[in-house]
Amino acid sequence: MIPPELRAALTRRAFLGKTAQGVGGVALASLLGPAASGAPGVLSRLPLPQKAKRVIWLSMAGGPSHLETFDPKPKLAEMHGQPMPESFTKGQQLAQLQGQKLTCFGPQHKFAKFGRNQIEICELFPQIGSVIDDVCLIRSMTTDAINHDPAHMFMNTGSQIAGRPSMGSWVTYGLGVESEDLPGFVVLTSLGKGGQNQPIAARQWSSGFLPSKHQGVQLRSKGDPVMYLTNPPGISRDAQGGDVDAIAALNLHRDKVVADPEVATRIAQYEMAFKMQASVPKLMDMSAEDAKTLALYGCVPGDGSFAANCLLARRLAERGVRFIQLYHKDWDHHGGVKEGIAFKATEIDRACMALITDLKQRGMLDDTLIVWAGEFGRTPMSQGGSGRDHHSKAMTVWMAGGGIKGGIVHGQTDELGYAAVDKVTTVHDLHATMLHQLGINHEAFSIKFQGLDAKLTGVEPSKPIKEIIA
Amino acid sequence: MSARFVLATLCLAAPLASAADPVEFNRDIRPILSDNCFSCHGNDASHRKAKLRLDIREEALKKEAFVPGKAEASELVKRLFLTDPDEMMPPPESHKKLTLEQKELLKRWVAEGAKYQNHWSYDAPRKAAVPSTDKAIDTLIAARLKTKGVAPAAEADRRTLARRLHADLLGLPPTPEEVDAFVKDTAPDAYAKLVDRLLASPHYGERMAIGWLDVVRFADTIGYHSDSARNVWPYRDYVIRSFNQNKPFDRFTLEQVAGDLLPDSDQEAKVGSGFNRLLLTTEEGGAQPKDYQQRMLNDRVRAVGAAWLGQTTGCAQCHDHKFDPFTQRDFFTLGAFFADIHEPDIGRREEGMLISTPDQVKRLAELTTEIAQAKKTLDVALASLTAAIAAWEQELAEEGKPAPAAEKTKAKAKRKDVDAKLAAQAAPILKKPADKRSAAEKNILRDYYLSQHPEALKAERDAVVQTQKTHDAFRAAIPRSLVTYKAATARTVRILPRGNWMDESGEIVKAALPHYLPQPKYEGRVPDRLDLAKWLVARENPLTARVVMNRLWAQFFGIALSKNPGDLGAQGELPPNQALLDWLAVEFVDAKWDMKHMVRLIVNSEAYRRSSVATPAQTTADPYNRELARQSPYRLDAELVRDNALAIAGLLAPKIGGPSVKPYQPDRYWENLNFPVREYKADKDDSQYRRGLYVWWQRSFLHPSMLAFDAPSREEACTDRTRSNIPQQALVMLNDPTYVEASRAFAARVLAENGADDARLTWAWRRALQRSPDAKELGTLRKVLTERRTAYKADPAAAKELLKVGLTPPPAQADPAELAAWTHVTRVILNLHETLTRD
Repeated sequence: MIPPELRAALTRRAFLGKTAQGVGGVALASLLGPAASGAPGVLSRLPLPQKAKRVIWLSMAGGPSHLETFDPKPKLAEMHGQPMPESFTKGQQLAQLQGQKLTCFGPQHKFAKFGRNQIEICELFPQIGSVIDDVCLIRSMTTDAINHDPAHMFMNTGSQIAGRPSMGSWVTYGLGVESEDLPGFVVLTSLGKGGQNQPIAARQWSSGFLPSKHQGVQLRSKGDPVMYLTNPPGISRDAQGGDVDAIAALNLHRDKVVADPEVATRIAQYEMAFKMQASVPKLMDMSAEDAKTLALYGCVPGDGSFAANCLLARRLAERGVRFIQLYHKDWDHHGGVKEGIAFKATEIDRACMALITDLKQRGMLDDTLIVWAGEFGRTPMSQGGSGRDHHSKAMTVWMAGGGIKGGIVHGQTDELGYAAVDKVTTVHDLHATMLHQLGINHEAFSIKFQGLDAKLTGVEPSKPIKEIIA
Repeated sequence: MSARFVLATLCLAAPLASAADPVEFNRDIRPILSDNCFSCHGNDASHRKAKLRLDIREEALKKEAFVPGKAEASELVKRLFLTDPDEMMPPPESHKKLTLEQKELLKRWVAEGAKYQNHWSYDAPRKAAVPSTDKAIDTLIAARLKTKGVAPAAEADRRTLARRLHADLLGLPPTPEEVDAFVKDTAPDAYAKLVDRLLASPHYGERMAIGWLDVVRFADTIGYHSDSARNVWPYRDYVIRSFNQNKPFDRFTLEQVAGDLLPDSDQEAKVGSGFNRLLLTTEEGGAQPKDYQQRMLNDRVRAVGAAWLGQTTGCAQCHDHKFDPFTQRDFFTLGAFFADIHEPDIGRREEGMLISTPDQVKRLAELTTEIAQAKKTLDVALASLTAAIAAWEQELAEEGKPAPAAEKTKAKAKRKDVDAKLAAQAAPILKKPADKRSAAEKNILRDYYLSQHPEALKAERDAVVQTQKTHDAFRAAIPRSLVTYKAATARTVRILPRGNWMDESGEIVKAALPHYLPQPKYEGRVPDRLDLAKWLVARENPLTARVVMNRLWAQFFGIALSKNPGDLGAQGELPPNQALLDWLAVEFVDAKWDMKHMVRLIVNSEAYRRSSVATPAQTTADPYNRELARQSPYRLDAELVRDNALAIAGLLAPKIGGPSVKPYQPDRYWENLNFPVREYKADKDDSQYRRGLYVWWQRSFLHPSMLAFDAPSREEACTDRTRSNIPQQALVMLNDPTYVEASRAFAARVLAENGADDARLTWAWRRALQRSPDAKELGTLRKVLTERRTAYKADPAAAKELLKVGLTPPPAQADPAELAAWTHVTRVILNLHETLTRD
């Protein structure tokens, strides 16, 4: 049933004084409780201290080479052109190189040292190098899949089977939504200009078997930022508001007969939609960003670049969006890894630095967890003489902010960068760490699905990476 | 047997929840054990702790887990009440906690002798005694209501009944005229007649197909990576047709699982066997064949588990099921039934089988005959060339060599190559004496002659080319569909340790049915897919009929009798009214799997016809309406939201079947698809107004309007759609051009009616809701109309903008401001909760 005060407010609005601003003075959300925006999650009490309130996940789609980014391998350089020792690769799963002659392929770029701990990263990323003291490199990450689609599914949902909720859905399901007029889980995508833009399926931000309201909402830089956000041509905001009010009034009136609790929810969701129609364009309008900020990111607002999305991510974080996921594509360097990575560096190096710097100067880095990760790493063996194949046994991911130690390196790969050998970590560990920083015990955070207590971190044992937690 | 006596018997048999009654294992104990204990003390040997299993009584007794009848002396009971983290059960690290009530219940159960029961769904269903088939459903519901002390709701009003039946049987709204006629029909069988009329409608098959397409995960695209298109839409037509023809469900099953192996396999059965091809496949470059061989096996086991068996099999890919007796061996032996399917492991699927109508078959045969005739005519004519060829040969001999004519254009240059080749072939033959040449050599000479003499037998030769062209063009236009072919050699299936396809150390297995379910003996042979299909619909299979009836029930009541239709195992729900589900299951088999019979029984029941308006007492006594004292209101499914709006607007194209259609879709929605990059091209003809079940199903990017209303991506079997209520739905209903155009077309319909504003408002309201608006409703609509009218009169350009949305042109004579203002009225009506709700 609809609370009488809401009924009164909506009735008054619809019949007496219609406003174009929707609910106007009435705090609809508070009246409707969990049905409306700003809703709490299922975890009313968090078992752990919440160090991060939100997550910005930078998905480097295509699978960046760790060997030309964050994992220096001088030995591999020495062995360039020589056969890959069979002791490394025998009986192991490769993608396109399966069954072919395997040759060592040295790192294609030089590395340089940065920060107080003189951490070595590829010299193409000096901007990230300049903030390396805020960054924790995990050089011992591994995954279970070596094709893009299953690997993305695994990275996002902890499972290679479609239909599981993505991590953003899990997080908003658990922690709820802070923003009153924006969704809790937002996805931004940007195309790389190098041409290897692997497809990304909407299932990567699906809520799976969690309620649909937890699904990621894609914000697009061109066209309607959210599907069907804009009024139809010829319908003003006033007219839209009038229709939404009339719909609410008629629904309320009918509810006297049918007494259906879904009516209240429907009214609230129409209000939320109407509010989003105003709040999202405001969010996307970057004209208020000063020249200094734009220069920091090095972007032209609305150009659809990764840098512009990083700036948008900060704006979303400021507005209380819980989980912000950026996809930047075109990391699939089967050929031309040298030029390819150099090109990617121009697209992301400054932007990543800017995001960290900007959040820091606004005091938000402490409670915002940034994660940079591809879906897998790449082989130390050559593919076609200039590229690298997909690889599941080694990759580097990094984290910053949100209570993660900065300026450290966790784990390492073998001398050729083929497999993680020290402090080997898994995608489930990464998820467990993220949840831990959000105040959630990953083992106790589950929902019944097909009889199982389904968890983001799956059934195999996993644990937060304690060593990197500040 | 009198009805009164039956009721009394049933009351005794019905589960009782009171504390004074004995504990019942399946109802009270198994859910607690399964959820909290079986994970470590159940079916999965590899994860079993202390070698103790509690799912089998004898095993539990062997390990002295409890002493029947002596709760105080039982280790199990003792552990429940301990607080020492090392001793207590369940242990703290499991994050499982029992309530005091649950602990006491377990204690009571042991005290009462720790009696076990077989899992309910693995025992054969039995029919409870009922006065008659027609009364069975209501009798079995009434028995429960009586024990619960819940009074049933009254029958819904006739308008609601008509709306409900139309939504549930056709998925399309009734017209106000149809509702009026039904309301006025005082014949005692008016309702039953309406049911029969709707069951005979060709739209019935469309409505029924939606749920089945969900469980078999029907989609137009392959799913993985590039998510490319494939040919499968004839399978959808097959499903619609099967429901419309009321094909017995056992035959429907046989055709889908093994249509290619049936002794009477025909095109229809083969199209049905397309079921086996509906799974996810990949065209990704680096994909490994064995990896995807395995993924496809897994996919099929999960699908059969969900669609027919109501068993969650997926976890057994890596280890024995933790809650059900389904083992990892069962997983792979069930998968082995499908190892004979001919298909590529990775890469593009084939185009599929030609799916022709009888007319097309006839025409194709005619065209083939025409080719043959043309060839025959040419052959006869060729015989007459012998003399001419001999003369030409003479000329060539005089010139000394074969000399192809000089040609200039590109097309002719190509032709010249062919000629040159012929010339080269002809040269040595010409040197042979005529009587030493083989028939083939003579033919080469003849062809060479013809190539040099385009005018010779031109008409005859053109006729051959032309008839072939006509034939090929006709054939190319016939639809194709992926179907199942048996491969010459079946793939080897082995049990994969931890489900890892690279580990080939596991045992090789042959096809076999899940070991814990009743099954025939296949003496001396390995059963094949046809055996599997037959077993799925065998009377001794305790699951299939229950699973299908359980899902069917959800279509008519909003929730299944056992609430998780995909899981009738230990972690599923013991149906509160098991007697009802079991009766339906047995009746379904007894009635030779007659689906319409079952639908008719359900919708003719009193329970189905009850009002869906819950009284506070009903809500308190039974919040989720599991006892069925009332009906439940719920939002229409995604496809039907669309159908409903198009039908009310008068835009709906009611054609049944055919290829998938592409409604308007936001630009660049497919921008993240690649290999190749694709541009969505919305249909520009009547296809724009087809029903939702025909919408192009792009698995990785399902149409955003469908997605907003919870249509599943169909990457996995979906046995139970969620029914959410989210802001995206409001955005779709308000702003998607499909709905804007529907409002506009609806408004044009309204304006075509004569009358003053109020009469027209009433007409519009009735069109959508089949009832008249009351004064308040009319007042709200009137306010919308007058405000928009004033605004658009002041801004006619805005009105014209609005009227441009969509393909259909507005009526030429319409005043744009007037039509635009009415478009707001109709838009409000299409957006009402009542319009979107089946109640």
